[in-house]
Amino acid sequence: MEPSLASYLALSGILFTIGATGVIFKRNAIGMFMCIELMLNAVNLTFVAFSRYYGDVTGQLFVFMVMSVAAAEAAVGLGIIIAFFRNRLSIDVDDASLMKN
Amino acid sequence: MASTVLFYLFAGLAIASAISMVYHKNPLYSAISLIGVFVALSCIYVSLAAPFIAAVQILIYAGAIMVLVVFVIMLLNLDEDKPLNRLRYLYFVGGGLGLILLVQTFFVFYAVMRAPNHAADQTKMVGRTLDLGSAMYSQYLLPVEIVGVLLLMAIIGAVILVRRLSQPQLELVIEHELEQEHRKR
Repeated sequence: MEPSLASYLALSGILFTIGATGVIFKRNAIGMFMCIELMLNAVNLTFVAFSRYYGDVTGQLFVFMVMSVAAAEAAVGLGIIIAFFRNRLSIDVDDASLMKN
Repeated sequence: MASTVLFYLFAGLAIASAISMVYHKNPLYSAISLIGVFVALSCIYVSLAAPFIAAVQILIYAGAIMVLVVFVIMLLNLDEDKPLNRLRYLYFVGGGLGLILLVQTFFVFYAVMRAPNHAADQTKMVGRTLDLGSAMYSQYLLPVEIVGVLLLMAIIGAVILVRRLSQPQLELVIEHELEQEHRKR
């Protein structure tokens, strides 16, 4: 007996919740970045589960697309973090307040 | 039966690793917990008959992205995350958001459990590399090309961002390069 579609969706929802709360609770930029990756993975899990249960290849294809976008996001995001660290000597998102006031 | 036991094992592993990722203050511990989530999810993909996606998950996420993240953490030599003291109301925002999302997850679970027909179609096999590849280069050619261009743009953008030159220096470099090309001719 295989686990039902609902259990995969529940796992995905729980992982997405943890990621979304993590983005708010974390203060350094790299921690927030990793929480975003976790949310992307939760969505990928729903794609693969639906692809399995409907016998359609499109879901898995879009998982591949999401992974490519995540790789692009990693390259640019970490570049921004390094550039920010050079200017401020910290990656705390509270220090990114140049446009305040 | 065995697949159900394995699902609960890996689902528990994924959730525990995700919670430990949010809990740890040290970014390096968070990164290693996140690798645990990726590996557990990859095992779940194998049980969902998607071996190609499972392999790519390990290769791209655990292999490429996390190596980059750990490299940046080591490069910047970060100290531990400080607690939220200035923005204390964020605890309430985060808790409320988490609660709403959990309730929503519960409703989705309930709705799908009540839906009449949700058995997997065992006869169709769609996770093979052959199926994915033939769909990728026939029906979905345009999205694949767009993703390729996006990756190229991201690489160029990252190189420009991290380069340690200011704008006047960049102009000097470009002038110098143009001059050299001129001399070659």
